[in-house]
Amino acid sequence: MIGPGARVGVLGGRPVTVATIAITVVCLGVVGARLSEGAAQQRASSGPLPETFGFGRPATPAGIATLDIDVMPDGTGLPPGSGTAATGTPLWGRACRGCHGREGEGGTAAPLVGRDPSGRPLTVGNLWPYATTLYDYINRAMPRPTPGTLTPDQVYSLVAWILAKNEIIAEDAVMNAETLPSVVMPARDRFVPDDRRGGPEVR
Amino acid sequence: MTDKPRNWRRATDARGPLTRRELLAGAAGAISAAAVAPVSGQQSVDTTRRPGRGPSEMDQRSPFVTLQRDPSATSSRTPLQDLRGTITPADLHFERHHGGVPEIDPARYELLIHGLVDRPTVFSLADLKRFPSTSRICFLECSGNLRRGGPETLPQMVCGLTSQTEWTGVMLSTLFDEVGAKPDATWFLAEGQDAAVLTRSIPMEKAFDDAMIVYAQNGDALMPGNGYPARLLLPGFEGNSSVKWLRRIELADRPFMTREETSKYTDPLGDGDTMRQFSFVMDARSIITDPAYPRVIEPGWHEIRGLAWSGRGRITRVDISTDAGTTWYPADLQAPVLPKAHVRFRYLWNWPGERSEIMSRATDDTGYVQPTWDVLREARGPRTRYHQNPITSWTVGDDGRVLFGAERLRS
Repeated sequence: MIGPGARVGVLGGRPVTVATIAITVVCLGVVGARLSEGAAQQRASSGPLPETFGFGRPATPAGIATLDIDVMPDGTGLPPGSGTAATGTPLWGRACRGCHGREGEGGTAAPLVGRDPSGRPLTVGNLWPYATTLYDYINRAMPRPTPGTLTPDQVYSLVAWILAKNEIIAEDAVMNAETLPSVVMPARDRFVPDDRRGGPEVR
Repeated sequence: MTDKPRNWRRATDARGPLTRRELLAGAAGAISAAAVAPVSGQQSVDTTRRPGRGPSEMDQRSPFVTLQRDPSATSSRTPLQDLRGTITPADLHFERHHGGVPEIDPARYELLIHGLVDRPTVFSLADLKRFPSTSRICFLECSGNLRRGGPETLPQMVCGLTSQTEWTGVMLSTLFDEVGAKPDATWFLAEGQDAAVLTRSIPMEKAFDDAMIVYAQNGDALMPGNGYPARLLLPGFEGNSSVKWLRRIELADRPFMTREETSKYTDPLGDGDTMRQFSFVMDARSIITDPAYPRVIEPGWHEIRGLAWSGRGRITRVDISTDAGTTWYPADLQAPVLPKAHVRFRYLWNWPGERSEIMSRATDDTGYVQPTWDVLREARGPRTRYHQNPITSWTVGDDGRVLFGAERLRS
């Protein structure tokens, strides 16, 4: 399913089609004719590669589930659980306030709370295009001294606290796997694909 | 290298403490260490009159050589002004990380590749090393690689978040063929095993172009700060996307919109509202590394030396101006000029002893010409944060003092 990321083109502005990949794979196996010059130099192979080498071991569903923690804009990857700004408040005080400030205004770490038509400063309200990214990032990397230790309920609670402080959701809104992907962020439409292509024009 | 600038972070004893190995070497080692101790104003020992130290397990830099990265809380910068060729010694490669440097046991290391693939697979480090290997020399540069600073700014401070390495590993396309990448996969997620569990979404086109998973740096194992035991390498792309300590790759039909590609590593544009996203490629750039601050030069012949590079391909020319950009002359480029690689340029200059301003300007094989600060700001607006590659300059006073041309980068 093509989610909210669909408007962002892939490199070069062209989507990778089935045919493109098929051609690429064929060329890689033979002479690397479609590779860039640098890559082609590296692939001065004495012959075509085998179909497979048979190295590695099959990944099990359980093994994948252990590592597959990412959350996508359409909510793929969000676990069961829920939280509100109210349940986030004590957590914020304990785990976040020391670096991000009492009200999320920033401290030794970045400011997270603030809405301004100028788009400054670079807060969640001004800059973050997807609410799901908050879940993904807090879950994987926060709090800085003890990352990866928060439960799903705790992460949902902190996400709700930050979104409510930015006046993006209501104070009593419940964040869970259904509601979080439907939150429309103020910065949702601020992002455009890279249009630099080399050549004489500086962009 | 003996005259350290005033803003050098650490006072260094030119000799340094004896290492354990020197101590273990016993009397011969002690004599050797004493023999090389430079004492100001005293005649040095005649090295032809006594044997030097014997062979050792691992050599160390001469005690007369002091090379240091410049560390901050989140990064450390390569001493560009002290290096001569194009390859960065592994222990001086710049570092930038988001959750510290993890210590990973190579025997326990695993890389999972899953998502839109026919055969989700876990590879050990030994598995990765069994695949056909390839080596490539290319630069790696952080997209946040500009400090404007004041006149007393070293090349290392200006743009020391770029380094060059001969990397060795396996082509990512080989691994994607092995696991059977599905045709509808258009992006892949790369995830690190550091405390930031750093993630970036990368277009599949890059995987089938020149992306690699590397496990060797200048022939040796990767340094811990550069992803030991294995990292992604995306030649020409901003350094952040070459995810270190790589533990997982997931193929998908859309980007994942991670924190590092939304609220970070995106470029505010001139309209004050929109942000450029997935701006991977590093545009052409150059810097004169000598003469540069803190040098004081004599009138007469000097070789202006520096580095130029482009994430899009080869550097085709570097032009030098010694009159503040009024006239430009082509510099010599040291062969081989590799694509997506630092190239060394040189230009012989007879400094007349008058106040001068020297600068370099790189052009790559797409026809892109390194812009001035003003041109860059005109194109991007005042808030541009990443991918800043302006022409930089050094002023030479009539007293020979070389200072960074910080005024050129004022808004």
